[in-house]
Amino acid sequence: MAARTDNAIAVNRFGLGARPGEIMAPGHDPRGWLLAQVDRPQPLPAAVQALPPSAQVLAEFQAVRQQMRQARRDAKDVDPVQQVRNTLAPAYRAQVMARYAAAAKTDAPFHERCVHFWTNHFAVSADKPPVTALAGGLENEAIRPHVTGNFADMLLAVEQHPAMLMYLDNQASIGPNSTAAKRAARFRRTQRKLDINENLGREILELHTLGVGGGYTQQDVISLAKTLTGWSVGGGQGPLREGVPGEFQFRAKIHEPGAQTVLDKRYPQQGLKQGQAVLRELAVQPATARFLATKLVRHFVADEPPAAAVDRVAAAYLHSGGELQASYAALIDSPEAWAEPLAKLKTPHDYLVSAVRALDVQPRGDRQVVGSLMLMGQPAYRPGSPAGWPDTAADWDGADGLMKRIEWAGAVGRRVGGSVDPVQRGDAVLGPVFSDDSRMWISRAESRTQGLTLLLASPEFLRR
Amino acid sequence: MDRRRFLVAAGAGGFALACPGLALARTAGDSRLVVVILRGALDGLAAVPAVGDPNYRRQRGALAIDAPGTAGGALALDADFALHPALTGLHGRYQQQELLVFHAAATPYRERSHFDGQDWLEAGAAHARDGWLNRSLASLPNAVSGERGIALGSTMPLALRGAAPVTTWAPSRMPDADADTLNRIGLLYAEDPLLAQRFSEALAAAEIAGTMGGVGPAFGARAFEQLARAAGRFLAAPEGPRVAVLESGGWDTHANQGAANGQLANRLQGLDRGLQELASALGSVWADTAVLVVTEFGRTVAVNGTNGTDHGTASCALLLGGAVAGGRVVADWPGLAAGDLYQGRDLRPTMDLRRVFKGVLHDHLGVAPARLEDRVFPGSRAAAPLGNLLSS
Repeated sequence: MAARTDNAIAVNRFGLGARPGEIMAPGHDPRGWLLAQVDRPQPLPAAVQALPPSAQVLAEFQAVRQQMRQARRDAKDVDPVQQVRNTLAPAYRAQVMARYAAAAKTDAPFHERCVHFWTNHFAVSADKPPVTALAGGLENEAIRPHVTGNFADMLLAVEQHPAMLMYLDNQASIGPNSTAAKRAARFRRTQRKLDINENLGREILELHTLGVGGGYTQQDVISLAKTLTGWSVGGGQGPLREGVPGEFQFRAKIHEPGAQTVLDKRYPQQGLKQGQAVLRELAVQPATARFLATKLVRHFVADEPPAAAVDRVAAAYLHSGGELQASYAALIDSPEAWAEPLAKLKTPHDYLVSAVRALDVQPRGDRQVVGSLMLMGQPAYRPGSPAGWPDTAADWDGADGLMKRIEWAGAVGRRVGGSVDPVQRGDAVLGPVFSDDSRMWISRAESRTQGLTLLLASPEFLRR
Repeated sequence: MDRRRFLVAAGAGGFALACPGLALARTAGDSRLVVVILRGALDGLAAVPAVGDPNYRRQRGALAIDAPGTAGGALALDADFALHPALTGLHGRYQQQELLVFHAAATPYRERSHFDGQDWLEAGAAHARDGWLNRSLASLPNAVSGERGIALGSTMPLALRGAAPVTTWAPSRMPDADADTLNRIGLLYAEDPLLAQRFSEALAAAEIAGTMGGVGPAFGARAFEQLARAAGRFLAAPEGPRVAVLESGGWDTHANQGAANGQLANRLQGLDRGLQELASALGSVWADTAVLVVTEFGRTVAVNGTNGTDHGTASCALLLGGAVAGGRVVADWPGLAAGDLYQGRDLRPTMDLRRVFKGVLHDHLGVAPARLEDRVFPGSRAAAPLGNLLSS
């Protein structure tokens, strides 16, 4: 049986790129093959299970910071930048390695791609300490458990994760009328006026739920930020240090009291429940449905999301009350998704993962993975902004980016080259989308090594 | 041209086989062997032009190289053969009697696929899973513990793959994609407007910046020089490996091959320099060294429609080193007249390359004749080892 084009789309566009033979895995039912991967929670990949929880990583980091303060008081010579780097860098590398080891081997590649999609949707960036050591934790602790569940649950888990709270500075957001702010004003403990930080509230509306133009106002941003005051992380130093170090901690003392109004709806709840109620409401807004559907369709179907597919996914999302499984099903049922193979240019992340899978190798050494992604312009967990990595060809098709991929393909070809027949491997991983033209040029390569480089650099392999 | 010149060497080989002890003049344990694999099929008539063949100039057309003695002309070896003008170092070796040239040589492989042809060249048989060089290591009389073979590169070439312990070494920073690979990627993108556009922008930018080694013509050559130097240092170490494999790409010259100058001339110059680097890195050990330079097959005698040559059959092979009885061209010359060509297009193979391999393995590394027949090159009885390749 020859693999059909639909199989290639299922495995290479919806999945992470075929491992040899995987293109046959969907059999006669590529849609069913995809749905089966998201119809229930998947077990945590072994490589990910082995990682320490974010709370432990963060508690260790807090302890190191404490020691550094003590050392400074004792006038000892310590280099704070180096200390921080020494603590955070190994945790970051371990998380990156676990992520790519899981991606290289998973038998549920569509599920894994969904994990990566939501991690990018809820982007934090590892270039800001201590997020460096927490970004993988956000993916594994807040995204993974909910990737086949309800969006509201994922949203709540993400906004309460230390990585997001610290990335968007919410632990420093203090209600101006909170107990702590009033006491500080009375005793003139601080010159600085204690007030809210809008950062998290704004990004939730702009990037996580409604989207730009989703119909919210600056007042909504302020109100949402007020409902989120007190959402913080346990441990640390100073008067606000209660709670388990490294775990989510609601601090009632800095929470802004009173009802808040967001999108014309009044939230009279007190404490933690108030922000949670707003987030649950935001999750089921039509604007949120449309924003998420557009991003999903752009990621899985085409750079210019076909309106019919967006409508279908948004409707499924709204009617199910934000169930992601129903949304994925609508996506998979969209004929637009199956019309055009190779509709998307791979990002460097897609490219690396698909190459590792095509060659059936386990990525060795964090330098290889971390360094390769850096070289190709998409360092792991480091999009540099809460908007995450962009998702269209125009963002990734630069001449230099192409040359970096070609150079990388050359290095990988030399590393794995001689033992792989590049034409056979092209058939095995690209199936029916492997063009006669590419096949011919690769078969004419002057060595297997060069042939493999050409396969990895071929137009079909650069796309999904 | 004297077709009989070849029999001198062949006859002596037959004698040596009958009395193996006589040929084992040197201690096999001190001998070093380097095998240089030129991937992509070297044009043997470009590297070693048959300037004495009456049909040479007419058959080669635009690819013909001027006769020795003229400006930019070939470097004379004997009345019939010369070296490409870029091979000045090798010409010096020839004059010092440290270079043997074989011509019209090929493995028994008669198709024209690079992948299969290289497999044959390295495995020494069809469909073998390990290499003849590894099988020779396994059957060395005094196999010492530790790795006796090393490949310079990130992967183990088939020639060295097998049961005997071998290793690889590559510089931590391997060079970027070479010019030949980049040319091919350009072809691969011809039907893809976006990638074609971006690719040409990238090449233009690299050319302006002059940063990327991959674009310069001498680039692949530099990489080879670096690996050759490293090979020399490994082999010079008293307890180091005794056998090394070097690989070089970019020989598949389908277009704009050039004659005395040009693409292939640059490659040859890089090869020549690399071999000089190897010799100087080996130092005094050069006296115990034999370097075998081989390719999977040759190229068409006539120029094609894109000023290059297509896949052919016989090519040349080189054997050089302080241990080599050089200063000769060994060939049973088939001729270049239209009727002499293999399938009307290729240089006709008249020498089985396995004869060269077997001669070197026996006389230089001391691999026993029975092993050569049974294990290293099974079914090669008809291809008797060439003798008198090494100086005694």
